[in-house]
Amino acid sequence: MGERNGLDGKLMTVAEAVKRYVRDGCQIAVGGFTINRNPMALVYEIARRKVRDLHLVAHSNGQALDVLVGAGCVARIEIAYGGNGRFAPTCFRFRKAVEGGEVLVEDYTNNQMTLRFLAGALNTPFIPSKSGLGTDVLQQEGFPPEIRDGDKVARKKVHVMADPFGHADDDVALLPALTPDVSLIHAQQVSTDGTVRIKGLTFADLEQCKAASAVIVTCEEIVPECYLRLDPDQNALPPFLVDAVVPVPYGAHPTACPRFYDYDPKHLNLYKEVAKDDAKWAAYLDEWVYGVESWDAYLDKVGGAQLVRIRANTVAGYAPGLDRR
Amino acid sequence: MAPEYNMMELMICVAARYLEDGKTVAVGTGAPCAAAMLAQKTKSPNLVVLFEAGGIAPQLPEMPISVGDSRTFYRAVMAAGMVDTMTTCARGQVDYAFLGGAQIDKYGNINSTCIGDYNKPKVRFPGSGGANDFASLCWKTMIMTVHSKSRFVETCDFITSPGFLTGDGAREAAGLPEGGPYKIITDLCVMGFDEKTKAMTIESLHPGVDVDKVRGETGFDLLVSDQLGRTEPPTEEELRLLRDEVDPLKLVIGRA
Repeated sequence: MGERNGLDGKLMTVAEAVKRYVRDGCQIAVGGFTINRNPMALVYEIARRKVRDLHLVAHSNGQALDVLVGAGCVARIEIAYGGNGRFAPTCFRFRKAVEGGEVLVEDYTNNQMTLRFLAGALNTPFIPSKSGLGTDVLQQEGFPPEIRDGDKVARKKVHVMADPFGHADDDVALLPALTPDVSLIHAQQVSTDGTVRIKGLTFADLEQCKAASAVIVTCEEIVPECYLRLDPDQNALPPFLVDAVVPVPYGAHPTACPRFYDYDPKHLNLYKEVAKDDAKWAAYLDEWVYGVESWDAYLDKVGGAQLVRIRANTVAGYAPGLDRR
Repeated sequence: MAPEYNMMELMICVAARYLEDGKTVAVGTGAPCAAAMLAQKTKSPNLVVLFEAGGIAPQLPEMPISVGDSRTFYRAVMAAGMVDTMTTCARGQVDYAFLGGAQIDKYGNINSTCIGDYNKPKVRFPGSGGANDFASLCWKTMIMTVHSKSRFVETCDFITSPGFLTGDGAREAAGLPEGGPYKIITDLCVMGFDEKTKAMTIESLHPGVDVDKVRGETGFDLLVSDQLGRTEPPTEEELRLLRDEVDPLKLVIGRA
């Protein structure tokens, strides 16, 4: 395991990381939550490379989900929520794809998806929960029997059984574990030894990374190992869990990265307009994803003044007073 | 003269009054968040606000637009993760939770997943998120919504979040913890649930609304409480706090 510590062999570009770990048909877990800390630089690269037939697993995902689905990269989705708060009560391309039968979707809840990642991290085949008993979330399957191979798709969505230890009349729902092929997250800092620090909410990022076969972390900055060792209780993931590290400033744009920048209302409003319309959406992908030659070029398109507007206030951690209408 | 207000402002002010001081409330963004913020500024300064994404007891400075918004953990006691918030719910430490949805039936079951067949939906919505978990695990769930026949339906196309399921005793039989729907606050009235049958019951009519109007906008038979009341309209102070301090950008109250 020694070689997995330090950044040697792990430090790479988004193109290298995606090429190495995100293949057609693989199961990917995307971190963040709605408009916060989505690994967007990786998502755009996956779209640019035209990766296909992905099996996306997430809890409450917004922007990353919508771009991946809208770019035609996704065939199957297991998810709790596809929305972007005020900017998309339901994610637009996600909605169109589900209504049009272009993707298969199986619904769970946030608690269930989090627990399923935790089960994967525990290396157990399933985990019990009380969420959703008696509801269609447990009773309605979204995946057809022929793809339920018991490997990356569970043989059944859920199994309800009586508590075998205590009260025999008390039911629990057993949820299948998730072990994604690759987990993508965006963090604020990674140290020179590969330790990851996340500031603010962690959502289910840690569980999904511990459950995955490979972990790609994009980050705002690389910092000295001694700096993250000063407060080890603030660190999220140890180096040996991380396979690829990609420094990408503003790598979560247009979603927020607490203490570095807020979500970008200007871009999310633009997105809202184009994502509703197929022709405008195709043009958006051409302009903002396929036609952008580098991350620098993407940021130039967003514009320096806008990046300053969304820059986080040092004390607040977001951009107070930002016009978010 | 009584102050003027829109329906969103009315619903927020009414909802805020139900949130007792010292209790814990799980909120999503939008109107529920505004109600919790208003309650903190009026009668319940010690109300603990919890966001499912991990923000616990923030001193909310500005209106968040998603439960993942960085504002949800500003000066919070913890910026945690979903395991932390969901275990808190599962252990029965969350008193109130707000839910929303496209369809609600008479037992307070909610659909926020789809219209039509689940495998070939006519309309797809975002899905449960944490709503099902709140409805399953918290003590008292509350709903704020516009009152219409398309929303208050005999049968939900998909039950995303459990209310009382099929009525009295059904939650227990399914294995759900004690709890269930508490109040439904619409632009017409406040409804609760009959103690015996667990069916939706009108408890308080908003100014200018009568029972026939409510029934006309509801797709199933509604019970009427024998202690039917009249909703107190928002006070000037509630409206001032809501407009000036809670939502000056009108991110929520501007949607009425």
